[in-house]
Amino acid sequence: MSRFVLGGAAAIAGIGATEFSKQSGRSELRLACEAITAALADAGLRPAEVDGLCTYSLDHNIESEVFRNIGGRELKFFSRVHYGGGAACATVLQAALAVQAGLAEVVVVYRAMNERSEYRFGSGLMPAAHVVTAELVQFGWYMPYGLMTPASWVAMLARRYMHESGATSADFGRVAVTMREHAARNPAAWFHGKPITLAEHQASRPICEPLRLLDCCQESDGAVALVVTSTERARGLRQPPAVIAAAAQGAASDQQQMTSYYRADIARLTEVELVARQLWAQSGLAPADMQTAVIYDHFTPLVLMQLEAYGFCDRGAAPQFVRDGQIGLGGRLPVNTHGGQLGEGYIHGLNGVAEGVRQIRGTSCNPVAAVEHVLVTAGTGVPTSALILGRGTRR
Amino acid sequence: MANSADPAAPARAAIGHTVWPARVAREPVNQPMINAWCDAIGETNPRYRAGFAPAAMLPVWTMRKFTPDPARVEGMAILQPFDAAGYVGVAATNLEQEYLRELRLGERVTEEATLEAVSDEKKTALGSGFFLTILHEFRVDSGEVVGRMRFRILKFRAREMAATARPAVAAAPPGRLRPPVNRDNAFFWEGIAAGRLLVQRCTGCGTLRHPPGPMCPQCQSLEWDTVQSSGRGTLYSFVVAHHPPIPPFEYPLPILLVDMEEGWRLVANAFQIERPALEIGMPLAVEIVEVEPGFRLPFFVRAAGG
Ligand SMILES: [Zn+2]
Repeated sequence: MSRFVLGGAAAIAGIGATEFSKQSGRSELRLACEAITAALADAGLRPAEVDGLCTYSLDHNIESEVFRNIGGRELKFFSRVHYGGGAACATVLQAALAVQAGLAEVVVVYRAMNERSEYRFGSGLMPAAHVVTAELVQFGWYMPYGLMTPASWVAMLARRYMHESGATSADFGRVAVTMREHAARNPAAWFHGKPITLAEHQASRPICEPLRLLDCCQESDGAVALVVTSTERARGLRQPPAVIAAAAQGAASDQQQMTSYYRADIARLTEVELVARQLWAQSGLAPADMQTAVIYDHFTPLVLMQLEAYGFCDRGAAPQFVRDGQIGLGGRLPVNTHGGQLGEGYIHGLNGVAEGVRQIRGTSCNPVAAVEHVLVTAGTGVPTSALILGRGTRR
Repeated sequence: MANSADPAAPARAAIGHTVWPARVAREPVNQPMINAWCDAIGETNPRYRAGFAPAAMLPVWTMRKFTPDPARVEGMAILQPFDAAGYVGVAATNLEQEYLRELRLGERVTEEATLEAVSDEKKTALGSGFFLTILHEFRVDSGEVVGRMRFRILKFRAREMAATARPAVAAAPPGRLRPPVNRDNAFFWEGIAAGRLLVQRCTGCGTLRHPPGPMCPQCQSLEWDTVQSSGRGTLYSFVVAHHPPIPPFEYPLPILLVDMEEGWRLVANAFQIERPALEIGMPLAVEIVEVEPGFRLPFFVRAAGG
């Protein structure tokens, strides 16, 4: 284990968030400032102690404006990872590396967006551009045909996954029902107190077949921030540290953003398999060592595909795993105990990292018994990332 | 400028002339319309309950059905020579209003529209064309001018259209988004425009690749040529989009991912295959269809035997 740089040297010492809504009524910069100061207060640190910032693409808040508004003094490390939600855990990796290398002591990871009220990734509109970049050329293979929304890009993978695994729309529905069940018990969730039935899922309108409305995560306004510092320093702060036991990024051969349609087999997530191998190798842990997991749930089929890629079940076995209730509370692997992005809010996965921290602290609204380690994953279909949080006891 | 080949010549000769008959307001300036307008805008100035109408209401008194109405513009005789010369597109570009005084209750407004200016031919993002400025003057019965409105339109020949293009899409509705084209993918779209489905081939190792790129992932060669595909393949995966509706597509919209028989994959829409008939593994063939004037795309149709 010692050959890996991270090795539990850094931890998440504070978490903070705004409310999750459909209309925040304030600027994205203000949301960022609110979440960051909440996370610092949670950790018992002052803004002047922050010397690093990390976020990921599609966040509009530039580091310099965030830093001057929170009253930062000396910013020594800043990093912004590409690929939107796929980078949710990569930001924590960046922060941990900076802390481990001694480049910064207190690195804040943030994500603040008025995604619902001010833009909407689901609308399928492309920004005007003046330079024909490789990225635009890539989307040019789909735009003329109306394949222009995240749901439609994922639906193509989902259809093939159904063909290969025998999964049905009801299997996707069971994921949604479980997330909403968890959210119903979470006062911070947009869908607090609003569970759904499988019949409601099956009756929800088609968005892009095979995906129905209730297969798609919400579009939300809100912000989340995390404070990363050394495990040693974190132990002296206000909260028990959530130690970063492992963190990794991954992109695999013939990777595209959302449209890796040209691989021999598109019913598997090879970039996630790559991240999984790194996490298990870095930590010396195995899927059986995870008591709960936060699995990025922008679209339900990708939860099934990730369960397989991380090795919680064999290939093609995730539909049965879910039918058996294994991702619910009391199951073998309770998934997204906060309700996920389907139920709590879509803050591009950073709210999931915060839930991982709460499970380690024992403060989740749906606490899982005897949690030692939590897997947290990031957006898939794009170059992705994930991490394992633990209590940091010596193994 | 008397050159008959100049499509703007007749318009230039019409400068200063009316473009359609004067319009007289149906009702004189009246309190109920003022009240409705003020409510809608949120205007609470007591002046507008004391005999005056807001100046910004000026065009309201003579306003007709206010939908995009290309027919009305097309109806202007001065535009016909542009259409005949292939400048069939029309786009509204500017609207300026000038208020000289407020109207009073009981006054009746007449609107007269004259052609004020015609530009030289300009190159624009839409295509090459002429800007025409139409001056609307609003008078009361005494003849006093109380306000003006300048409406500028562009009569253009769309970039993609040849001079002989059919005058089919004046003020074209939003079309399919065109694929951005650069040095790496131009051959594909040029091939489609010419009715040929081309796939990139590495000349170093012979591997076909799609989507195309500058370097061969197998052997890192930068040298490549293209081969024409048979267009035959089998359905590998597909979606049927419903929401959100994006113009100009019709929904439900099937989009297919097809294994081409030469060993590459292609995304395209289905042509005349209904949703229930779609089945993974079904044989398909490419047909290149002109979806909008001057713009072709590959579509998948049922293959013989399928
Ligand atoms: Zn080659």
